[in-house]
Amino acid sequence: MHSTQLKMLNDLQALEFTTFDFHLYLDTHPNDQRALAEYARAHCEAERVKDMYTASFGPLTAEDSINQPCWRWIEEPWPWEINY
Amino acid sequence: MWHYEKKLQYPAKVGKADLKMAKYLITQYGGPDGELGAALRYLNQRYTMPTGQSKGVLNDIGTEELAHLEIIATLVYQLTKDACVDELKAVDLGGHYADHDRALFYVDATGNPWTAAYIQAKGDPVADLHEDMAAEEKARATYQWLIDLTDDPDLKDTLNFLRVREIVHFQRFGETLDLIQEFQNSKHVF
Repeated sequence: MHSTQLKMLNDLQALEFTTFDFHLYLDTHPNDQRALAEYARAHCEAERVKDMYTASFGPLTAEDSINQPCWRWIEEPWPWEINY
Repeated sequence: MWHYEKKLQYPAKVGKADLKMAKYLITQYGGPDGELGAALRYLNQRYTMPTGQSKGVLNDIGTEELAHLEIIATLVYQLTKDACVDELKAVDLGGHYADHDRALFYVDATGNPWTAAYIQAKGDPVADLHEDMAAEEKARATYQWLIDLTDDPDLKDTLNFLRVREIVHFQRFGETLDLIQEFQNSKHVF
């Protein structure tokens, strides 16, 4: 995998992880307004990078194959085949 | 339902071909304190939790454990995919080769298959959450022992990510236990 793709994948992994960690925190602190705001901010940033990633390198979810010339979902590499 | 995203939660980097580590790492795939047991334990216990909060935590941590199962699988797959039969034999993986070739399987570090006897669902939320907290501590200790077994900094990095997640899960389960006990004390029991 090209280093530009790996770098963007890394950024996306970090952003989605941040989002998920706030998600778990909110499960036990549902009224924490700062965490709610941080969750929204991280989610928004992750969506932005996800759109950039899929536009450049192909689908992360099956529905990202919509408006593509073929069903790109099944293209390799699958996540366990990447040399990180 | 679940929705698959074609990416790992964390970049599972392997620095060098270390076949012996694959044999040890597989325990977090199908061993007594591994990710399969964790995911199945939490996703099964969520049905009999009494509050939306506790159902949510078990649902969400159970889901994260599936992502961790995939990280462990990736490490083992990457470490074993190019090994020749003699190399497998040299690290005592000849038995695994006889039964599974290079396929992954849900076993512990000495080849024992995963069993539902590793997990429990008591129907009592306080008992179940104590089991979950113990499970997280056992998984944390396993990751520490695995880190001790390798000198590959890339592998250590991924294992450390997983180790720290167990600490976070322990914390969330502890908070959930407090919230459940508050909930139970607030109910009038006659």
